Amino acid sequence: MLNRWEILETLHMFSDENLDIRTVTMGISLRDCSGDDINKLCGKIYDKITKKAGKLVSECEKISAEYGIPIINKRISVTPIALVADGCEGDFTKIARTLDRAAKNTGVNFIGGYSALVHKGFTPGDKKLISSIPQALAETERLCSSVNVGSTKAGINMDAVRIMGNIICDASVRTKDKGCIGPAKLVVFCNAVEDNPFMAGAFHGIGEGECVINVGVSGPGVVQNAIKKLGKDAPLNEVAEVIKKTAFKITRMGQLVAGEASKRLGAEFGIVDLSLAPTPAVGDSVAYILEEMGIGTCGTHGTTAALAMLNDAVKKGGIMASSSVGGLSGAFIPVSEDAGMIAAAKCGALSVEKLEAMTSVCSVGLDMIVVPGDTSPEVISAIIADEAAIGMVNCKTTAVRIIPAIGKKVGEVLEFGGLLGSGPIMPLNTFASGDFVNRGGRIPAPLHSLKN
Amino acid sequence: MKAILTVVGNDKVGIIAKVSVKLAEMNINILDISQTIMQNIFTMIMLVDTDKSSYKIEEISGQLEEIAKEMGVEIRLQHEGIFNSMHRI
Repeated sequence: MLNRWEILETLHMFSDENLDIRTVTMGISLRDCSGDDINKLCGKIYDKITKKAGKLVSECEKISAEYGIPIINKRISVTPIALVADGCEGDFTKIARTLDRAAKNTGVNFIGGYSALVHKGFTPGDKKLISSIPQALAETERLCSSVNVGSTKAGINMDAVRIMGNIICDASVRTKDKGCIGPAKLVVFCNAVEDNPFMAGAFHGIGEGECVINVGVSGPGVVQNAIKKLGKDAPLNEVAEVIKKTAFKITRMGQLVAGEASKRLGAEFGIVDLSLAPTPAVGDSVAYILEEMGIGTCGTHGTTAALAMLNDAVKKGGIMASSSVGGLSGAFIPVSEDAGMIAAAKCGALSVEKLEAMTSVCSVGLDMIVVPGDTSPEVISAIIADEAAIGMVNCKTTAVRIIPAIGKKVGEVLEFGGLLGSGPIMPLNTFASGDFVNRGGRIPAPLHSLKN
Repeated sequence: MKAILTVVGNDKVGIIAKVSVKLAEMNINILDISQTIMQNIFTMIMLVDTDKSSYKIEEISGQLEEIAKEMGVEIRLQHEGIFNSMHRI
């Protein structure tokens, strides 16, 4: 029998520390839907998604009731649409609307995979899909999009980087009446992973099986409280140990739910993602973990070191707790989705430059950062290039999800609401780098990509 | 299924009685029970078996929630698996 303290500890995690399963994401392969007729393609896509994921939401709700574990999001990821629709004539936004409709029918809150993988070059389908992204995001509610522009093996496709600066600005303009929500659902990756359960960057990779369940856990509040109990004088190696033990427990819960969900849904169990995912709720912040570790305000000197240790300890604790770990697996630092990050950005302690440094030691990149509405596409492309370079050289995933707030300036706030939170508009370095970005071409892969 | 039922809150007369009667009404068997007062907070932990009950888990939780409101305590019913997986390798 379990002892009283163990039971109460678990209870406390749910009732007071916001522990939850952040997402159960069903990855569905759409490879068998390909064809050259876009109407037939859309029909097949809709049928397949609604059939495979028809019970996703109801089964997750049953698991939630039985185990007493909140499962916050139920989501779907699909094969990158540029691959599925490469041979198709016609307007790709029709596919976007189909995916959105399938998401609404199945009751999931996001569907990811309106994506293209162009780290080395474009096919005609890739180009068509990328140019349709702003309109696709403007016409849909639940669709998420991503583009992989670089990898350690292939280098960085700077033509894609240049184009994505324009696409992000365009997506923001086309959704300016909806709080510039478009670019909040668009991620530009380097080294994108194939089994990521988290939005907006989830897609079902081409090496994946037919139907897979991937799970992302949360738990910044639990980690923060565990460190708090340790006291202010404990040395960092002891702090790391406590984080490891806590991450183990959190991940075990993810493993349990992932196994149960895949069994009930007749899908393969994919991975548990070990990321600590924050929300704007009080007590669910990665920034506050760093502050609990002793950083005065997130973003000041020492933040990168604290984050590096946190990220590493979470992985070490989580790795043994799950039979299969994958996805992004690291601490997320989305500014608008983390109460501590929002506060730090507002008071000026946290800058975009510091965030860039932080992304070199944690997953996943410059995430949910709101910038002035008059930021030029070249500047955004240059930010993407910097971030992709960090990912490429360090053999890790990096991403940019940046939102130009149309009509707003530094010091104002852009409200998204819900899980996306609210983002203070952060200043950028305004010196020019357009000539660099506009060269286009490719940044060759680094020497250490030649491992064979 | 086997589940852990926890009741936490301010101590008062009749909490265990109320919960046990309700469980009996729903044909839920109590396998183990422990109760204590920790830092002035009433804490009860029960291991129960719901297999013979004709009620769904949501309905059981709903009925217990009514007692929780009436007595001013917090009652949770969770599958035993969650505690085992967190605390046992």
